Amino acid sequence: MSTATTVGPARTRRADRPARRQDGPTPLMAVPALAFFGFFAIVPLFGVLALSFMSWDGLGDMTFAGLDNWQRTLANPTTHNAMRLTLMVTVATWLIQTPISLLLGVFMAGHQKYRALLGVLYFLPLLFSATAVAIAFRALLDPNFGMGQALGLPFLAQDWIGRPDLALYVVLFVIAWIFVPFHSLLYQGGARQIPASMYEAATLDGAGRVKQFFHITLPQLKYTIITSSTLMIVGSLTYFDLVFVLTGGGPGFATRILPLDMYLTGFRAHDMGGAAVSGVILITVGLTVAILLNRLSGAHKMESQMEGI
Amino acid sequence: MAVDTPARPTATTSAPAAPGGQTIRRRTFSTRKRPNLLGGLAGWIWLAIIILPIYYIIVTSIRPQADMFSENTLSIPSNPTLNAFGRVFANDFLRYFGNSVFVTTISVAAILAVSLMTAYVVVRSRKRMVKRMFQVFLLGIAIPIQATIIPVFYLILQIGLYDTLWALILPSIAFGIPLSVVILTNFMRDVPAELFEAMKVDGAGEWRTLWSLAMPLTRPAIGTVGIFNALQVWNAFLFPLVLTQSSRNRVMPLALWSFQGQFTIDVPGMLAAVILSVLPILAAYIVGRRQLIAGLTAGFGK
Repeated sequence: MSTATTVGPARTRRADRPARRQDGPTPLMAVPALAFFGFFAIVPLFGVLALSFMSWDGLGDMTFAGLDNWQRTLANPTTHNAMRLTLMVTVATWLIQTPISLLLGVFMAGHQKYRALLGVLYFLPLLFSATAVAIAFRALLDPNFGMGQALGLPFLAQDWIGRPDLALYVVLFVIAWIFVPFHSLLYQGGARQIPASMYEAATLDGAGRVKQFFHITLPQLKYTIITSSTLMIVGSLTYFDLVFVLTGGGPGFATRILPLDMYLTGFRAHDMGGAAVSGVILITVGLTVAILLNRLSGAHKMESQMEGI
Repeated sequence: MAVDTPARPTATTSAPAAPGGQTIRRRTFSTRKRPNLLGGLAGWIWLAIIILPIYYIIVTSIRPQADMFSENTLSIPSNPTLNAFGRVFANDFLRYFGNSVFVTTISVAAILAVSLMTAYVVVRSRKRMVKRMFQVFLLGIAIPIQATIIPVFYLILQIGLYDTLWALILPSIAFGIPLSVVILTNFMRDVPAELFEAMKVDGAGEWRTLWSLAMPLTRPAIGTVGIFNALQVWNAFLFPLVLTQSSRNRVMPLALWSFQGQFTIDVPGMLAAVILSVLPILAAYIVGRRQLIAGLTAGFGK
């Protein structure tokens, strides 16, 4: 960033900063944040693990259960189904959202006049609560008075949410509806950072748009892709509220993904120990993916990548 | 910053909301002459996909219930009415709305206060312990909240807050802290150390430095973090579902869900409630949109 674009206090290089630092403020100022985070996030993090070895119905006393919960849960076909669905949702949401977001993001990075308008409107789905989105889509997909009726397309007028073979597609679509715009905005930011000179050189060399996309845009967006993928994959472990309101996990077990299975096991079937096992699995997978992808990218590179957005 | 990224000498598109609250845009992604047809097509199609459901929510909320089956679902209602909104208000809507405002306001204020203090320590302190702490917050971003709900439920039961609004506020603060600290820290790092030193020479204590130097210069990031957390807390569903029970302590998303149970056949009423629930967030978005997006992407990248 040239100095011309810097507004306010000039940014200085980080490398020469620490040498000038004195002792700095008392760490006591960080205590309130640590206390909240420690008590309601770190303690529960280990609490899930502890609870997975306990037997508890949510109301009465807790008793030690050893490995019972783990054996029961890991042998439970419902849990297996939930894990399979979660894996499917994770892979499918990535496969659906990444190409679309990339395409949209790169497009929005251009200098068309209406680009700003698209950016504003693209954020709208993120403002609605998952509950609101689920309610709206339930109405919208109603075979009697929904979209299918309005557009006169019999294909759309199916019982989307009531049919086990269709409900999962609805879930995937609604997830994409909410999150594709956000990832597009990430890619838009990434694409705007690519130096125009690279494209100029490629154009002079006679490279077409497609070639430029695969040889310049895509490699240059590597770190944006990793950031976006991390958010998508870790996010897939948390689509509880959306699925809960949209389908309730049904019909049958067709959309009962792991976070939902955990809730239903714990708070409906009053098996907190069994639910905690699912919780441990979710946390392990989430943190592992986040750490792996972070390693892959090298945090400092990602930093400079995102600097100018 | 050209020194930092020699590989990208011209990477100067939109500057981040710099300390001082202004953004500067410079376009470099502009060498292409031919329009990107595929991208353009996709952009407009996706816009239609986004807008159609929102349009549907709006027109249906003002369509009389009697016309639901006789009129085309996507047509402009021939007899628009606000009756559906009246039915929502008649169902204790204001109480739920008030609960949400209370929970969101207190949570966001607390998140901002404690995260700002922490960011200040992280930026200004050289202690290794502080660096470790920052890494814990970085990792904390990746914890799926849902997975810890059972122990959170247990804790809330133990401290006797079950079925109170405080049961929502305390964990909401905790889970809002990591990302807020990270974004505020990244932003505050750009305040030149000389300014802090100057404050010190002038004899200002740490609190005064935080209040009259760090905070004003971090204001854009505070806006980002504030709106983002407001969005999270306002729209949260799992905490209210698990940690509260009575309708007295019901917040908006939970109210929407129970409206759905009561209003099964009253689609306009349900969608009117959806609209009312999104209005405050929409207002916040309109006010702070640019900062929200810029700050979020910057925060996630680091």
